[in-house]
Amino acid sequence: MENFASLLHGFEVALTAHHIALMMAGVLLGILVGVLPGLGAPNGVSLMLPLTFTMDPVSAIILLTSLYWGALFGGSTTSVLFNIPGEPSSVATTFDGHPMAKQGRAAEALSFAFLSAGFGAMAGVILITLLSGWVARFALKFSSPEYFAVYFMTFASFVGLGGASPFKTIVSMAMGFAFATIGMDSVSGNVRLTYEFDVLLAGVSFLIAVIGLFGLGELLQTMEEGLRFDGVKAKVRPRDVLLTALKLPRYWFALLRSSIIGIWMGITPGGPTAASFMSYAMAKRSSRNPEKFGKGEPEGVISPETADHAAGSAAMLPMLALGIPGSATAAVMMGGLMIWGLNPGPMLFVERPDFVWGLIASMYLGNVVAVIVVLATVPLFASILRIPFSIIGPAIVVVCFIGAYTVASKEFDIWLALAFGLVGYFFKKLDYPIAPLVLAMVIGDKAEDAFRQSMIFSQGSLSIFWSNPLVGSLMAIALALLLFPLLGSARRGIRKLTTARAAKA
Amino acid sequence: MKKFTIAASFVAASFAMAMPAQAWQPTKPIEFVVASGPGGGTDNFARIIQSIITKHKLVEQPIVVLNKGGGSGAEAFIYGKGGKGDAHKVVFGTNNAYLLPYVAKLGYKFSDLTPVAALALDEFLIWVNGNSPYNDAKAYIDAVKAKPGSFKMAGSQSKDTDQTLTAMIQDATGAKWIYVPFQGGGAAATQLAGGHVDSNTNNPNENIGQWKAGQVKPLCVFSPVRLAKGEPVHNGKGWGDIPTCKEAGLPLESFQMPRTVWLPAEVPADAVGFYADVMEKVSKTPEWAEFVARTAQTARFMKGKELTDFVAKDEAANAKVFKDEGWVVN
Repeated sequence: MENFASLLHGFEVALTAHHIALMMAGVLLGILVGVLPGLGAPNGVSLMLPLTFTMDPVSAIILLTSLYWGALFGGSTTSVLFNIPGEPSSVATTFDGHPMAKQGRAAEALSFAFLSAGFGAMAGVILITLLSGWVARFALKFSSPEYFAVYFMTFASFVGLGGASPFKTIVSMAMGFAFATIGMDSVSGNVRLTYEFDVLLAGVSFLIAVIGLFGLGELLQTMEEGLRFDGVKAKVRPRDVLLTALKLPRYWFALLRSSIIGIWMGITPGGPTAASFMSYAMAKRSSRNPEKFGKGEPEGVISPETADHAAGSAAMLPMLALGIPGSATAAVMMGGLMIWGLNPGPMLFVERPDFVWGLIASMYLGNVVAVIVVLATVPLFASILRIPFSIIGPAIVVVCFIGAYTVASKEFDIWLALAFGLVGYFFKKLDYPIAPLVLAMVIGDKAEDAFRQSMIFSQGSLSIFWSNPLVGSLMAIALALLLFPLLGSARRGIRKLTTARAAKA
Repeated sequence: MKKFTIAASFVAASFAMAMPAQAWQPTKPIEFVVASGPGGGTDNFARIIQSIITKHKLVEQPIVVLNKGGGSGAEAFIYGKGGKGDAHKVVFGTNNAYLLPYVAKLGYKFSDLTPVAALALDEFLIWVNGNSPYNDAKAYIDAVKAKPGSFKMAGSQSKDTDQTLTAMIQDATGAKWIYVPFQGGGAAATQLAGGHVDSNTNNPNENIGQWKAGQVKPLCVFSPVRLAKGEPVHNGKGWGDIPTCKEAGLPLESFQMPRTVWLPAEVPADAVGFYADVMEKVSKTPEWAEFVARTAQTARFMKGKELTDFVAKDEAANAKVFKDEGWVVN
């Protein structure tokens, strides 16, 4: 109840005309940077940071977090329309979102994406309101073995997901791991796989990989198939948005499950990308008709979007309460906190309640504002699909290359994006899945660090992964996720054998 | 009248000619190249300077901050090397500018950079968990010595300042830790607060949040004198109440990390003077004093010979550890 009173006080702080105007501005800017691939929330927030130097901390954080929400929403727009994720965390949204757009259901897919994203974000914020103290204490229990177990769980839920052959999935994942190791290795303090090329020193950014593999790869394929986007004839009626909203309650179970996965991955340091992949995997596994996934199943849009946003907002809590940034954007914002004269950490809640609760209240308001704004843009964005490919195609190429350059202001990244584009094209031709590669690039190096730190802790003994109930149960769940598909196919195999024997007898 | 115009234009022309000789001035937007990712210590250092310069209008041209934290900051210095002769690229770092080339094969040498100024010294402390039975550095080190190889020291990545300091303490006292490298001081702080490791050597700013909450406690600071008094942080104790490690009986007096500013090689001497001047003005603003106090660093402005002497001494001390530990690559 104490939290509730503080929250009301927070609303008092956040609900001023000035702050609402900042929210609108932030959300609109955010959508813009989110829609452009490569130019993601971290870039947007660091570009805006100097503007906030003269603001008071509450206004500053409201502007930056609103930009963050806007970018998260914008990131799914291009996933659905062009199969080009604006943010790595919306990669999983492409799996079913883009097929839906191809079938002429772009407006429906976008509305589902935005509405469920709003739902997820709300779930995340409510959790922060109710359980902030408890979550902060819980997160302190996490050390390297627990981190590794969480990452392992994400990978395990993804292998054997079906679609491509498990062998191809593993090849793709292994390539992702290899790319993730390039650059400085913090555990050994040595430079790896750079072959003394200075440009590789900072590693290969997964943003570049996403731009190339999805954006350029998709365009290459479209060009080969005849210079047009399928689903161009999509009818866009504003009332589609309303009709979709009415359909949403049908998916209450998916919303709930994905929110829980998202919140869990947000407060443990899995992050939004891992959350969305895992949520998609769980949705497909628990579905009664998994064969529909990947062909335009609404649940395949709702699940990753809900989890992505639940994780995104829940990740604000470790940042405020522990001072560990849960994502690249949170890291930039933490830099902001320092400049505004605040020290993130357990005492921030006690010392600056007006700031913390103002921020939390602004998360409620900011997300509502964001959902309304993005839903209003659905007809606009969906009608982009009607523009002929010969116009929109080159525009996307330009945007992709600009995006690739903006990630780190490096010319080399443009060539790298092009190379990834070719990789993406051949992957599609040879039917290799791209998603495992992206997943391994996003969390592969973190998983590796966590594993090696664990090995330093235990001086080389694997038993550390069973050393306490927390890490033990995480590992057990991960192994179960990994082995269930194998068990399933084994059972089918045995049944086939026994029926064959029965037939013989 | 005509005569006057000619005279006036002559005077104006002579001014125009005299100007560049008097002082170098930036003629296009200035890049602040930061040798760390967003949110890192060097990032805060550069951005606070950017905000002070903007607020007090110390520079006419706009300033853009670029984060080039790849390869533990080497990316920024390599970028500085590429900007040879361009005085519109200002690189922000720590002692990593001259220490990184020792421990990793990188595409730059220290001579590719021109020293401009240092504005502060960041301090290092020994921290233990808030519930730890040790209340002074001596008792803790003795406990580590009694059970070698069972205590864990957390820090940022390998072969960086934290591990160098750990090696120095081990060398000076005979204690032996298991060193666990994390992604940065923030992670090392939460790992200590959660009781997963026994100690860390974080900078004040990296542990202040946890200290305020009583989750960690400082044992001693590796500084020749105690830190500035400041406000109490936890239980009535403030930075000034922490004993120096020498007072605490450790045979290792000082380990500090300078916050440094560089230019590429072969820039005009006037440009170096220009930025050193700007930085000196920054170091005298109340905002800078407030930043230094809040992050419990030691304000110390250095330029010219004072700076190069400091760098030479610091380089020698660190290089000795690198050699003893076998980290030197070249």
